[in-house]
Amino acid sequence: MDRLDELESQSIYIIREAYYHYKKLAVLWSIGKDSTTLVWLCRKAFFGRIPFPALHIDTGYKFPQMYRFRDEYSKIWGMELYVSRNEEAIAAGMGPERKLDCCTALKTQGLKLAIAKYGFEALLLGIRRDEHGIRAKERYFSPRDEQFKWNYQDQPPELWDQYKNQAEEKTHIRVHPLLHWTEVDIWRYIQREQIPITELYFSKDGMRYRSIGCTTCCNPVESDASTVDEIIEELETTTTSERAGRAQDKENTYTMQKLRALGYM
Amino acid sequence: MQENLKFVAVGHVDHGKSTLIGRLLYDTNSLPPDKMDEVRLMSEESEDAPEFAFVMDHLEEERTNRVTIDTAQIFFKTARRHYTIIDAPGHKQFLKNMITGSTQAEAAVLLVDAEEGLREQTHRHAFMLRLLGIKQVMVVINKMDLVDYSKAHFDQLSEKIVARLRELDIDVKPEMIIPISARLGDNVAGRSDNLLWYEGMTLLEALDHLKSSKIAEETDLRFPVQDIYDVDGEKVLVGRVASGRIEAGQEVIFHPSGKSAVISQVKKFEEDVEEAEAGESIGLVLRDNRALKAVRRGEIACPVESSPHVSNTVVATVFWMSGQPLQKNETLDFKCATQQVPCKVKKIGERINSSSLDLIAEEAEELRETEVAKLTLKMDNYVSTDPFETIAEMGRFVLMRDNDTVAGGVLH
Repeated sequence: MDRLDELESQSIYIIREAYYHYKKLAVLWSIGKDSTTLVWLCRKAFFGRIPFPALHIDTGYKFPQMYRFRDEYSKIWGMELYVSRNEEAIAAGMGPERKLDCCTALKTQGLKLAIAKYGFEALLLGIRRDEHGIRAKERYFSPRDEQFKWNYQDQPPELWDQYKNQAEEKTHIRVHPLLHWTEVDIWRYIQREQIPITELYFSKDGMRYRSIGCTTCCNPVESDASTVDEIIEELETTTTSERAGRAQDKENTYTMQKLRALGYM
Repeated sequence: MQENLKFVAVGHVDHGKSTLIGRLLYDTNSLPPDKMDEVRLMSEESEDAPEFAFVMDHLEEERTNRVTIDTAQIFFKTARRHYTIIDAPGHKQFLKNMITGSTQAEAAVLLVDAEEGLREQTHRHAFMLRLLGIKQVMVVINKMDLVDYSKAHFDQLSEKIVARLRELDIDVKPEMIIPISARLGDNVAGRSDNLLWYEGMTLLEALDHLKSSKIAEETDLRFPVQDIYDVDGEKVLVGRVASGRIEAGQEVIFHPSGKSAVISQVKKFEEDVEEAEAGESIGLVLRDNRALKAVRRGEIACPVESSPHVSNTVVATVFWMSGQPLQKNETLDFKCATQQVPCKVKKIGERINSSSLDLIAEEAEELRETEVAKLTLKMDNYVSTDPFETIAEMGRFVLMRDNDTVAGGVLH
């Protein structure tokens, strides 16, 4: 087994554990490269037919290419797709001028509404430790209380592939099968498996997105990388961090921590 | 493909683990410029010199109180290979987080403050490393600047450490004891003019010397059944090979039920495989579905000629990780591989303090956080296990109380 095989096997093990313990499960799909890789791993884990839905938290501000990709591949892969939007907030005019309040209202609240509506006990998320210092502190199976609060001061111990089996009433468990993958690992796996990825990641007019979210708060970087091979080459030499173009990581040093403590992904 | 080594940095609080890691990343140019700016900005807002510990301590509480609460994992690379550093907290109250971090490591770097020497958590962490089966331990004597970079001091402390670790059955080679100053950068990535008497390796060179440990393949097959899926009308047992190899056509016996079966197929999605090795997540199809009636999650597929220890009583070395002590006769959930059964704690023997190794009681009524004891557990059902030293995945377990992991243990 090489490194990618090991990463893949570990992730599949975690995904299967989550499904065994939590039947009301969903995979959070943001249409980005990580969550699409996660969906791909779910297809492998369940031999092609994922027995739970994919959940897209739509803020209304996503790139049109993302919506197209989502609709096309959910059909091709035969997935049940749930789309959740915080309609009330959007109608009331919530938008990026409100900065972090917007992330909280449209993403975090959007997720809360979905959980309340569908009764999910656990969610699969594609976050990785190397994306952000705060995410580096995460567990594979991480509980969230009723208010979605992340009690990072007192996380459950995780030893030897033994994870939290049950969600207490009114809480949910976040499962992170990609924690141990790095940005380069993801791209190498995409390359090896030929996983379809939205075109936004590839260079257009000398710019490409290294990390994607809403059109309003996402900035592209200068790059000529237009294939997966070129992206990998670029990553091996870059010194900028992946999320350098994301507004919510910048606001204030502890923004990400505050957001995550309130339930953000 | 690039090789990767995961190591955990442990040691007493304030002996400099977080600073060391920050320094390591800084010296190997593993920090992106925007991150370096962040660190410098943070340090400017306080009074002291640039604090590399900030790189690892990302939680606001950690930076404000200057203490690491939970582990983090960070990646860097040398010319030789890629590394994952697991930073573990040094405070006694966060021991369970140090344990969580350590169980993912292949090697450990034990940090000791040159001036303070061996302290309570130094002993406790060393003991825990041994218990958790981490045999590759490197010792780093930090803050050499505070003892004037003295060779005599270093030699004396090294001797003490080697002796102490030998008592714990940990063998540290003399060349794997490295003098450094993380704060000032001496002997971390490059040699230092302050340590001219020192002829050994720098910290980076020593790290490159560590051996990667892969899951044992030469040991006997153990395949714990994780779940059973229905794939296009066919029953497939899924799970991850814990040790050894498995191949199509092989006859296996499932324990503890004792049912035998022949593997007709080893399955992966859209891939034809004939066999699988330790660590691989796969699906198995049995030739005869009759065996399936007895097989469920928790059963372990083993070779005909090699059986695990099947019993409803075990004696194990257990470390307690909960603020609420264990009481004798308590009922907990025993989880080993994919097995989960309720068990009763019949005896708490040889209760010790994991730092001083003092015996608290030959036989005790309770066990407290950070303490270790030999527990006798009586299960509601038969379980299959192997000694930890032989097949690690089948010799280690956790105990759960109300759905939370409260202890870990190893079987001898």
